[in-house]
Amino acid sequence: MTQNGQDRPVVLEARGITKRFPGVIANDKVSLTLRKGEVLALLGENGAGKSTLMNILYGLYHQDEGEILVNGEPIRASSPHDSIQRGIGMVHQHFQLVPVMTVAENVILGNEVTRGGAILDLRRAAEQIRTISRQYGLEVDPEALVADLDVGAQQRVEIIKALYRNADILILDEPTAVLTPQEADDLVRVMRTLTSQGKSLIFITHKLREVLEVADRIVVLRSGRVVGETTPAQASEASLAAMMVGRSVLLQVEKDAAHPGAPVLEVRGLCVRDDRRLMAVNGVDLEVRAGEILGIAGVQGNGQTELVQALTGLRVPEAGVVRIAGQDTTGATPRRISELGVAHIPEDRQRDGVVTSYQITDNAVLELYYLEPFARGIVRDDAAITRHAEQLVKQFDVRTPSVHVPASSLSGGNQQKLIVAREFTRDLKLLIAAQPTRGIDVGSIEFIHNQIIRKRDEGVAVLVVSAELDEILALSDRIAVMYHGRIVATVQNGELTREQLGLLMAGAGTAQQ
Amino acid sequence: MAQAVEGRTPSGPAGFRAIYERYSPLLVPVLAVFTALVLGALMIGLTGGDWLAAYIGLWQGSFGSPRAIADTVVRSTPFIICGLGVALGFKAGLFNIGAEGQLYAGAVCVVVVGTVLQLPPVLHIPLGIIAGALGGAAWAAIAGILKARTGAHEVINTIMLNYIAIRLTDWLIKSKTPYILGDPADASGARTRFIADSARMPGIPVGDTTMLHLGILIAVALVFLADWFLKRTTVGFELRTAGVNANAARYAGISVPRTIVLAMALSGMMAGIAGAGEVMGVRYALNADFFSGLGFDAIAVALLARTNPIGILFAGLLWGGLLTGARLMQVRAGLSIDVIKIVQALIIMFVAADQIVRFIYRIPQRRAGEETMISKGWGGG
Ligand SMILES: Nc1ncnc2c1ncn2[C@@H]1O[C@H](COP(=O)(O)OP(=O)(O)OP(=O)(O)O)[C@@H](O)[C@H]1O
Ligand SMILES: [Mg+2]
Repeated sequence: MTQNGQDRPVVLEARGITKRFPGVIANDKVSLTLRKGEVLALLGENGAGKSTLMNILYGLYHQDEGEILVNGEPIRASSPHDSIQRGIGMVHQHFQLVPVMTVAENVILGNEVTRGGAILDLRRAAEQIRTISRQYGLEVDPEALVADLDVGAQQRVEIIKALYRNADILILDEPTAVLTPQEADDLVRVMRTLTSQGKSLIFITHKLREVLEVADRIVVLRSGRVVGETTPAQASEASLAAMMVGRSVLLQVEKDAAHPGAPVLEVRGLCVRDDRRLMAVNGVDLEVRAGEILGIAGVQGNGQTELVQALTGLRVPEAGVVRIAGQDTTGATPRRISELGVAHIPEDRQRDGVVTSYQITDNAVLELYYLEPFARGIVRDDAAITRHAEQLVKQFDVRTPSVHVPASSLSGGNQQKLIVAREFTRDLKLLIAAQPTRGIDVGSIEFIHNQIIRKRDEGVAVLVVSAELDEILALSDRIAVMYHGRIVATVQNGELTREQLGLLMAGAGTAQQ
Repeated sequence: MAQAVEGRTPSGPAGFRAIYERYSPLLVPVLAVFTALVLGALMIGLTGGDWLAAYIGLWQGSFGSPRAIADTVVRSTPFIICGLGVALGFKAGLFNIGAEGQLYAGAVCVVVVGTVLQLPPVLHIPLGIIAGALGGAAWAAIAGILKARTGAHEVINTIMLNYIAIRLTDWLIKSKTPYILGDPADASGARTRFIADSARMPGIPVGDTTMLHLGILIAVALVFLADWFLKRTTVGFELRTAGVNANAARYAGISVPRTIVLAMALSGMMAGIAGAGEVMGVRYALNADFFSGLGFDAIAVALLARTNPIGILFAGLLWGGLLTGARLMQVRAGLSIDVIKIVQALIIMFVAADQIVRFIYRIPQRRAGEETMISKGWGGG
């Protein structure tokens, strides 16, 4: 797969693309070519301009300067509709499906198959979807409701949606950020099938391993400019990281042994139901002590989400006891739990973690807005809020021209950094971090991991939930493996190998019980 | 399909851009009004009327003389106050269609306080306003509690509460055995007893039929109070957050059910105050068909102002002005007052479906951050 396909025709070319937003140059004279049947990986820090460039290629944004050629022909001002006509499809960083509709309805939305011009022909659409599914190995039930699908399946729907519209060029913006490692492997297989059938892909990711595995060529952006181009054969994870960030990055954090103190979080026999009233957490016992990091490893969808929601007050448990800092917080409100010194980095940032229409300032005090110094009585102190936001942005390197822009104008990774900044700078006893580095570039991951360890060393109890086994192994002092709503093993980090943990996550441990 | 579409702001000198950014939210409402007036003129012209005479009459009858202005201001006052109430609901993601019922609920309380108690004006007037506010708030809170407790949609419940309030008021006024609020001295039996002199709002007489009463000052004060409340207080922040993202609000420790009840109560409180102003400042009694759709016009005013409190001041004046000027327009051009209703309907259509206006005048899309949550009340759950 690493043949250098110089002889293949160029299907998409960007020449000198420049795009400015108020106060930022998101793309600065970017040029790029995509050849038929190849995977072009686009790398770059958070806010480097990757999504912006892709949105321009897709016609969602318009460049201020430069031109785009599709199959050698320059194209004028266009819209996503035109792009689809030209065979360009895009799967966005944040999905754009309608949850209350079925897969088939979502796929044909805006491109409806009709009988007699007016009546939806869902049966035929479902047929076509099944054909596409089989052809590219994208398994999904056309009749299922999108709201009931897990993220991996939703992503397959997005890809099918593009293929259904006969896309030959597919832009995938951080498709693996929300996937489990297994799902990511499946996606890589799908990508190979697609290219083998002549489709061309642009693939954005922050996971360097994936880039080396699947890309034919790699282009690196920094601060809106192309700073380098390479191939997997010539590159390593370390060299790619250095190219992105402009300095060498420690891909493995260093930390001393933990000095655990008194228990801060104690969970006994916790049972929690999910939205479908099924028992998602089924009798979990946990303990996290001050000054230690407990990592919860597990394939996504094994109850981690509901566990965290129950601990943070967002979901009322069915049975069991939760104690935080010696107080019973079973079924307590999020406010009460937060006031005990519990910070929460939520796994779904756009759902829970930020209000995208609010400015960075309001987001910076999302759960502290009523406390001194941000309010006196019920009157908000805008100056204090602005100062706080400016400090967070500076300290955590959130890339933005001002704190008075809506959070929606931040790049995905910078939204995440804003949440992390907000949660880390609170007065903490317990930090609950779900997927804390999802969508974050390698340089910032290093920074956030170091911050987590510093919190631990300050005596904070830390609970990390991550679908990335690498992240769990890098951070945890102890590891608890969750499977089907239960903790199937709790071990010191280092006691078990990666492979053994992987087996436990896949349910191998339960047979012996 | 909410796609993150950029705002294509015109490039150019920095000063121009800053002005555009600041005032661009006004563009669509202003153009909507303009377009509706043009269409109204076309309609008058095509049916053989004299559109110019009609519009001159409309202007003179609404803003053309001190008396006309006073009439317009008095007419606009309840639109402004009640529109604020509807807007507060929208800000919290709630579509309060029940302003009409809340007006009646408030007005009934005002009539009770105004007819039963004997107090000096310094006490009687504030007490009357408070009674109206509480009546409206309580009536709206019912829908709020139902939504917070059971998830029942406020649109359905406020419509039902409208019917109940209107019928109940009707009965309270018309019941003769015994008389409850009805006036035995009034032969038609269609109104309540008059409220005491001490409960009537002071005002400046303009001409011989118009009393420019205290209400407009209350309205202006409420406009600025609402603006301050939403932008500068923690409770306003809670309300807005629950409105734009209920999940994030929960995450932030905000009690969404409590906020829903509070927002509905505040919304109804405004309607109740508007009702108090009408009873205490204009008619001094309550008729069964007193408000005849004022609560629904208030929704239009809130939409026209894109739920911005300061904007509601102007939208309310426009609304009152159109209705006030319609009388002179009718005389001058021999047209039915309904022409104005049609123009108003067109305005609302253009504001609600702002895509039409954006298309006609080639105005770029708003950014994600600018979205108001107007349509959210319908989004089930
Ligand atoms: N709609 C917008 N309005 C204003 N600024 C924007 C907008 N979209 C992006 N930007 C800015 O442009 C820059 C590039 O953003 P972009 O989303 O392209 O980054 P990215 O490379 O995709 O980052 P990430 O890896 O975090 O997703 C950022 O500084 C961002 O703040
Ligand atoms: Mg991005």
